[in-house]
Order: sequence, then C-alpha cells, then structure tokens
Amino acid sequence: MGMEGIGARVARKEDKRFITGKGRYTDDMSVPGMKHAAFVRSPHAHAVIKGIDSSEAEKMPGVIGVLAGAEMTTDGIGSLICGWMIHSKDGSPMNMGDWRPLADKKVRYVGDAVAIVVADTKAQARDAAEAVKVDYDVLPAVTSAVDALKPGAPQIHDNAPGNQIYDWEIGDLDAVDKAIASAAHVTTLDLVNNRLVPNAMEPRAALGVYDEAEDHYTCWTTSQNPHVARLVMSAFYNVAPENKLRVIAPDVGGGFGSKIYIYPEEITCLWASKKTGVPVKWVADRTESFLTDAHGRDHVTTIQMAFDADNKITALKADTIANLGAYMSLFSSVVPTYLHAILYSGQYVIPAIHCNMRTAYTNTVPVDAYRGAGRPETTYALERVVETAARELGVSPAELRRKNFIREWPYQTPVILQYDSGDYEASLDAAMKAIDYDGFPARKAEAEARGKKRGIGMSCYIEACGIAPSQAIGSLGAGVGLWESAEIRVNAVGTVEILTGSHSHGQGHETTFAQLVSDRFGVPIDSVSVVHGDTDKVQMGMGTYGSRSGPVGMSAVVKALDKVEKKAKMIAAHLLEADESDIVIENGQVKVAGTDKALGWHEVALNAYTAHNLPAEMEPGLKETAFFDPANFSFPAGCHICEVEIDPDTGKTEIVKFVASDDFGNIINPMIVEGQVHGGLAQGIGQALLEGTSYDAETGQLLTATYMDYTMPRADDLPSYTVSNTVTPSPLNPLGIKGCGEAGAIGSPPALMNAITDAIGNNNLSMPATPQKVWAAINAA
Amino acid sequence: MYETHYHRAGSVDEAAKLMGEAESGKYVAGGQTLIPTMKQRLAAPDSLIDLRHIADMKGISVSGKDVRIGAGTTHAEVAGSSDLASVCPGICSLAGHIGDPHVRHMGTIGGSISNNDPAADYPAAMLALNATIHTNKREIAAEEFFVGMFETALEEDEIVTAVSFTAPDKCAYSKFPNPASRYAMAGVFVAKGGDGVRVGVTGAGMDGAFRWSEAEAALGSDFSAGALDGLSVDAGDMLEDLHGSAEYRANLVKVMAKRAVAAI
Repeated sequence: MGMEGIGARVARKEDKRFITGKGRYTDDMSVPGMKHAAFVRSPHAHAVIKGIDSSEAEKMPGVIGVLAGAEMTTDGIGSLICGWMIHSKDGSPMNMGDWRPLADKKVRYVGDAVAIVVADTKAQARDAAEAVKVDYDVLPAVTSAVDALKPGAPQIHDNAPGNQIYDWEIGDLDAVDKAIASAAHVTTLDLVNNRLVPNAMEPRAALGVYDEAEDHYTCWTTSQNPHVARLVMSAFYNVAPENKLRVIAPDVGGGFGSKIYIYPEEITCLWASKKTGVPVKWVADRTESFLTDAHGRDHVTTIQMAFDADNKITALKADTIANLGAYMSLFSSVVPTYLHAILYSGQYVIPAIHCNMRTAYTNTVPVDAYRGAGRPETTYALERVVETAARELGVSPAELRRKNFIREWPYQTPVILQYDSGDYEASLDAAMKAIDYDGFPARKAEAEARGKKRGIGMSCYIEACGIAPSQAIGSLGAGVGLWESAEIRVNAVGTVEILTGSHSHGQGHETTFAQLVSDRFGVPIDSVSVVHGDTDKVQMGMGTYGSRSGPVGMSAVVKALDKVEKKAKMIAAHLLEADESDIVIENGQVKVAGTDKALGWHEVALNAYTAHNLPAEMEPGLKETAFFDPANFSFPAGCHICEVEIDPDTGKTEIVKFVASDDFGNIINPMIVEGQVHGGLAQGIGQALLEGTSYDAETGQLLTATYMDYTMPRADDLPSYTVSNTVTPSPLNPLGIKGCGEAGAIGSPPALMNAITDAIGNNNLSMPATPQKVWAAINAA
Repeated sequence: MYETHYHRAGSVDEAAKLMGEAESGKYVAGGQTLIPTMKQRLAAPDSLIDLRHIADMKGISVSGKDVRIGAGTTHAEVAGSSDLASVCPGICSLAGHIGDPHVRHMGTIGGSISNNDPAADYPAAMLALNATIHTNKREIAAEEFFVGMFETALEEDEIVTAVSFTAPDKCAYSKFPNPASRYAMAGVFVAKGGDGVRVGVTGAGMDGAFRWSEAEAALGSDFSAGALDGLSVDAGDMLEDLHGSAEYRANLVKVMAKRAVAAI
C-alpha cells in the first residue's frame, strides 16, 4: 500500500467543508424565483377527509397556490409503491394499501400530508397552511401491530382485511417442532424490538424546479439513492419521463436508511412547481422529521431455542409480528423477511430453523429499513436467547456459543443464506481478552462492596451486507437489481474522476474511493475526485444502504480500474516499445519492469487524448465504465462485550466498558471504519438504553415527538469504545471487503441488555432500559 | 413562529408600560422556555417585551450572609460567582447544572421562577432557602410565590426584579435528570441553618415544587442521610409520565434527599 492507498489511515478529504460549515445541502440550494412550501398535515391518526376548504388560505399574504390531493389524482400522479413483493405462505400476494402523495380520501397517521401551500416565504406558507380547513370524520385508531391484528381492530386499508399485510414463513416447521419436542432443554423468550426514530442531523428537504421552456424537471433532495428516486418518480409516480427529470442529492447530512425512500414531499414539490410555475422548496422542521421520516424496528417476537443433552443447538423457532405503519414504504416488506429471518442461524450450526412473520398496518408513521434493517432485530432475539439459555443451563455464555459456532466455510444455513467466510472464535477470543472477561468476578465483587450492581454480557453477531445477487433477489420479489456502477475518467493531465452510483451521506466516499485509485496508480488522492449524487453527471447506480458501498460500489470501481489499467499499459507498451505484459504502474510511473524505461502517469494520459501515437485500432481517451453484481451477500461478523454498573437506588446504568471485535474482511481506511463502528455503537446503545418511541394507544398521537421526550444518545451517555478487527477476506468481491456501516448498531443492543440483565438478576427487561425500567426490574426481581 | 412585535425595555417601569399597551404581551428574559414554545406555535403573543437589558435587574450582591440576585442574572453568572460560592455554594452548583451551556448563558433566575416549570431547579432552592421574591410591586415569600404547576402569585403585569435570602450554614442540591430533557425528574435542595433544616423538592410533585416537611423534621433532630430511611413521600402526590412513574419519582425524591444530605 502507498501512503494513501488501501489500508492507509487517511484523514477524510470531505471533512474540511463539513466541519467549517461549508457543506452544500439541499436547503443551501437557491434558484431564481424560488418559493417556499408548507404541508397541511393530518392532526388525526385515522380519519375520513370530508372536504378541504382553502379559500381563506389562498387570500393570505404571499400565497401563490394551495394544492390538494384530488387535483393530483386528476393529473395522473401515481401512488407510492413498495418495491419488493412478498407472498404469504398461502401464496397470496401482500396486501398493498393505496398511498397517495397527498391523501385525498382518508388520512392514516398523524402527519399524513393532505395539501401543499406555496408562498413567498416559509412563514407565510406555514401561516396559510394553518388556515386550510380540512373537515375530518375521525375514526378509531390503532398503533400497536399486535392490536391491529386482533378481531375488531379499526380497519385501515380496505384491501388488507384485519390489517394484515402478509403472513410469511421460512424454514421447516415440522423439523423444528420435532426438535423442540425431543429437546433436552428449550429456552423461550418474549421480546419487543423497540421502534426508533432515525433522527438524521439534516432534516429531509426537496427543491422542485420545472422548466417550462425545456419541459424539464430538476429535483434537489436529501436522498441516499438519487437514481432510484428518478426511476421510481418517473416509472411509477408519472412525475416526468426519466430523460426529463434530473435528481440531485448534494451533501446529505445522515440517512441511516430514512433517506432511501421516495417520500410524498419530493413528488409533490415537483408537481407543484409545474402547477404554480415557480420553483418550490420544502425543508422539514424537526417535528416533521419525527412525524414523517420512516421509523425503524417495531417487532414483537417469541423465540425458542432447543438444545440436546450436550448443549448443542438443535432448533430455533421465531414467531414475530412486525409493525409496518400506515403505508408500505419502499422496502418495508423485505426488512422483516429477507433481511431478517434468513439471518436466524447467526454464528451457529442450527440444524432446523423456522420463522413466521406477520406484518400489520397501524395508524403510525411507515416503518422501513433503519441502520441494520432487519438484522438488528434478528441479532437481538438470537443473542438474548443464547445468553438466557446459558444462564438456564448453568454454563458460560462464551462456552455455549463456542460449542455451537460454525467452523467451516462456505456454510449453508437452513434459511437460504450461504456464509462466505469467517472465524467467529477469533472475534470472541479477541473481545474476551480486550475486556478481561476472566477478571469480571473480581470486578463484580469490588462493585458490590460499593453498593453497585455490575454485569457483563456479550453478543456474537453476523450480518449480511451488499444484498445480492440481482438475479436471486429478483426471484425473491425485488423490483430492482442491486449491482453498482462506476466510471473512471482519467483526464488528459492525469488527474482522475470517479463517477460512482454509490452515494455518500457521511460515509467518506470521497476519501476511500480515491484511495483505490491512489493504490492502483500511485497518484495522490488529492488528484482524484469523486463525483456522485447527480443523475445528469453519473451513470445509473443504485445508491448507498445496507453497507453496500464497500463490497458492491468499490468493486465496480475496481473493475473499471482494471480496464483503465489495461488500456494505459497498452498505450505505454506502444510508446516504450515494450511488451504489454512487462509494463508495471508504480508511484505514478508507468514502467517497463526491471528497466529505467518509464513514462509519467500523466504522460500516458496525455497521449491517450492527443491520440498522436496510439496502438493501431485503439480509440482515443482513457475512460472506462463497469458494473458489478456480486455473487452473494458478504457476511461481516464479530463479538461485542459490554460491562455495566448499575446504581440500584436509581436504576441508572453506566457502561463501564464496551469492546467490539469485528471482522469486516479487508479494510480500505481503518480510521473511517472505526468511525463507522463508533457511530453504529452509539445508535445501538441508543436503542438499548435511551431511545423509545411512544404513541398514544387511543389517539395515535406521537408522544415522543421532540427531544424533550425522545432520548437521543449524547456524548456523556456513551463510553470510550475499545474496537479491534480480525480479518477473513470475503472471497466474493475483488477487494475482499465485507461492509462495516451497520455492525455497530446490530451487535451492540443484545450485548448491553445481556449485561444489564446479568447485573440485576432479572431477564424480564425490555429496551430501552431506562433508569425507571431497570429500577422497577430490580425491585421485581 | 407567528409574527410578533419585539420591544426592548430599558427599565422595569417601561417594561410594565409596554405590557399595558400590548394586545397580548409576554415578558421574555432568557427565552429558554418561551421561544421554543413560540417556535412550535403553541404560544402566540403579539408582543414580546425583553427584560434582558434592564440594568437594575442584573447582578449578585453578597453582604455578610445576605444575598440578593437580580432577576436578570443568568444561570452561568450564578454558577460562576465567587462571592456567592463563598456563602452559598449549593446554589452555584445548582445553577451550573441547569440545561446545557447555551441555556445557562441565556436563561435567568427570574425567568425560571416566573415560569415555575414543575421540573425547573430554582424553585426547590427558593423554598429551601426561604427566599423572598421581589417584584416591581411587592415582596413575596417563596412559599406564597409558587402556587402550582406553571402558576405563581404574579399578577399579569408584575415583574420579578430580584430574589433575596439569608445564606444557610450549609446546603446542597442533588438531582436526577430526565434522560431526554435533562430537566429534574427529582431534584432536592437541602438547607441547614439557624432556623433548622428546610428541604425543597422539584421535578416530582404534581403541584410543582414543594417542601418535604417530614424530612425537615427528621433531619432537624438527626442531620444524617440515615435519618430519612424510614420516610417516604406519597406516590399519590407525584407526577407520572413516560419517563417516570409516580412510585419511581417518590423513590427518587428520597434517594436525592439522602444524597444531598450526604453531600453536605
């Protein structure tokens, strides 16, 4: 590796503009004549719209237009879609309810958009939005998925009887039931995976511009995948033909999944721009973010794990009800199924697995992928049941896991997935050493002498990144392919532009992608630019989510670099009168190996563009495109161990130490990977300790709609982490990398909950383990 | 936020006059409660009368054990006052743990007690210190001033100008913050002086800050954390919300009281 190549701990190129306030976000964009939008939103969780009277609002100062759903329907704007078809176990397709960008007949959650007001200023738009009179016939609401599936629950969509979206299963139920019936021991747990609000630092925003002269639309928006946004808005929502719609996602301040989806607001801003004849900008305030950004998690699960007399796992059975909210968001259907249930083998040899998954509509914000997307839910259930089983069996949690680890790869699980590579024992050993696991009893005794309850808990997680291959996911119901694209443009002076279909919203692509070029050609990363997030500049790509930028996006870059390298060598061989196979590229020099015959990298580039002396038949230029469609997911895995100390008088938990030993395969930039792990751990610890989303069960009002009630992790809630890596390269992509964006959020919640329940001696504790709940659990124990 | 008119008062009299002229006026000091409420469109005064630039309402004076704090004094100024720390460090420590640095440099003691948020810190101290609340019209004993949740004895145009108290021999404040808002879920200020022990409690009571008289009596005869072992506050009088049940808050009041005593 060079100083800035693969494996180098290079400082992030993009941070200068971010930390000096020079980032350019959607809200920073301004175009001549731009006006401002506010949405009229439902204050009710469930109601029939009897009428909308905007006459007063239209007369208010600065108001340009008030547009409602009926007009949008007349204009042929399509309903929002879910892009992954899931079939119930009886073969019937999932029940997809109609989701209008602006509700025209019925509202189904508090915050559902009903109309848009466009005015000269944001304040005028808001004032006028309040003056729009919507006549509602309020209906009973239901916010819990379990309640929604009960007989007599309020019916949310006509085509989803009993509010059920699908009743899906995977695995061999007979085999699992037989194994449970004949088991030496069965551990059963009832668990709730708490609903989370994503809380990206930058609220969602959209600026829609219709150019009448060109009959062309431009949409700046907070998106993790601008090409998918363009595709969906043209193919399904009939906003504009794909060639007449440009989507730009400039700097985006965090996504965590919540900015994958195409929301009603960007569709409506584009449509409203054409209707009103002015560019229309909307920026969510924090309350709108709470009320309308797709939430995450919200599972209610019963999980059973069966063991033989030798403590070998014989079966696993999970029965879950998942809340998908008021409408099916873009990838909501796949999160509880093919991103969740197929991970139930964890790191273990489990001969029989079955998962049943029922999903329900409720009068809450739609639920979709959020950092980890399905895998945190699996890991939480699996790792709490393993730890509980160890306690019930009276064996060490580490040894029970060790006994059941998968030890040969590739490993075919009973639930579709084949794991690529790994060494789970190496991660476990590293983490146990880092936390001095053996020294815990002494530390516990010392804490007890101080009146504190100390506990330790672990989690051995596996997850799946870079969802693939396209053909297989197509057969499982996906509406899209999940490859990635890259174009490498070597300029005539030798500088390089990487055009990637991946999208950075905090991950550091401008640095890590440039490191790949530096590694290959020996040029400084300063001479490499990364272009992304603009459908007019970059070829079709699939965006960033599911930790796919590394294993998939970078792999496309590598493939394009292979092509560029080959052509550069051909040019150099021609110019140096050498054989192509003797040409090597090192430190910015293109050389004949073992000689002093060399050209500068920039000389080769210049020759490619002057085209004065190229090999016969060779086209001028040095620019190549590649698409990469991986053969499988990659499977990061690792071990997290957490040690806590609890104040029994108040129930407050202090995380004394948190160690993470992760296997992400090969690593491009260790500093950025550590940052990803730290951020993921903060989110996982947030879920386990702090973040609880609460709806009023009767009115459907979001009770935790501000930071006064929704506890975001703060620096003093979190410990200093001890992170390390073990490495087993993935054989499935050219760089051998596995993805690291979500592991922290996936592995940490069960480790923390296992530690707390260990400390207090009561396993009946749900997330978030707030001081109040821990105190109550201590006193109930 | 709805459109509003901003007025900067140069004196207490001018502020009262501006209030009289306003259609629906609100005094604003640090604005740490009012401004967010207005931004959420939950309050819509047509006029804001800013008290932050009235010189008479600023500053801390300490004379022997007699303390006077101008209503416009920020939490950061109280926290950082060495004069005050030399006679009553408990109130400096309390002020130093209100909100975050932004809040402490904007929020004022007058604003805090006038708003009388049931989870605000200062009311507990005012009760325990047997403070006098000075207004542009009169002087009110703290116990008469705090009437109930978000309610005070203040009349419509009445302005708190200062608080005063005699520093106790010893005092301390212990609070358990709400994990989300960091307001007190239970905050207990214990003061021990010539007149005995006074215990002010905030964050927990259904009617706002209150004195815990049983604890005062027990500590009066035995000033030790252990003296509170046999006592409990009635959960029936406690607030209950997402973050803390009434039982949990009742427990916290006792735990925080013991910690405050232990810290003295």
